[in-house]
Amino acid sequence: MTFRRYMVLIAVMVTAAFGDTFLSAGMREVGPVSIHHLSTLFVALKIPWVLAGIALLTVFFASYLAALSWADLTFVLPATSFGYVIIALLSRFWLHETITPARWIGILLITLGVGFVTRGPSYTQSAAKVSAIEQAADSATYPDASQPAKERSA
Amino acid sequence: MNHAQTYAVWLMIGVIVVLATAGDVFMAAAMRQIGDFDEIRAHSGMTGAILAVIGNGRFLLGLLCMTFSFFSLLFALSWADVSLVAPAAAALTFVTNAFAAKWILKENVDRRRWLAAVFVCSGVFFLAR
Repeated sequence: MTFRRYMVLIAVMVTAAFGDTFLSAGMREVGPVSIHHLSTLFVALKIPWVLAGIALLTVFFASYLAALSWADLTFVLPATSFGYVIIALLSRFWLHETITPARWIGILLITLGVGFVTRGPSYTQSAAKVSAIEQAADSATYPDASQPAKERSA
Repeated sequence: MNHAQTYAVWLMIGVIVVLATAGDVFMAAAMRQIGDFDEIRAHSGMTGAILAVIGNGRFLLGLLCMTFSFFSLLFALSWADVSLVAPAAAALTFVTNAFAAKWILKENVDRRRWLAAVFVCSGVFFLAR
């Protein structure tokens, strides 16, 4: 994992957290949407909070796709869940909201989960790719590939 | 909230979870098929990289599922509290994604990743209390 890739993961966390919050604030302005009037959902697209939420979620989406191109889904998803922790900490230290003990436990559990997954490998190599990499490593170590393996090891 | 409303909210959460999982799996499969985004961008530039992504069938299927999931979420948010819908859907999606990643994407979901999914899922539920 390079510094740039960690930055992409941080962008995924931050934009998802703020995007969801903005979207929620916008939908509060719309109020309940009836199943018979689903077109009201399009009215929501005119609300600045919803637009800002969509803009942030677009950045999230681009960063998320970039992360999925070099990491597993089961690596990216727990890592991005750290966004919930960011929101909780922002609400405590910026908005001065009270965080209950249950929420602190939640923050601890998510942090532990993220810690578990980020300490492991980020990507599962397919069998074909692994054998190709091993072959490349093998030929780099033993340039004379035509030489039988037994002779090389001897 | 009466029984019928509770049932409807959990049904909506179920729909969001299924659509979100399908979207994530299709997206991950598409990006795996396309390869490292940074390398493609270095070779073909940003336009080439974007074209490679939006021309992929799995990506388009994933996008369709995610779009439906997004509108289901908006619909659910207009009926139920965000403090219930968003964390419940997110937490359940972690578990369904872990299963889907193991059985469909053939990812190496080892003990560490299962533990991470369980910890994050429990953490999200605690945060929602």
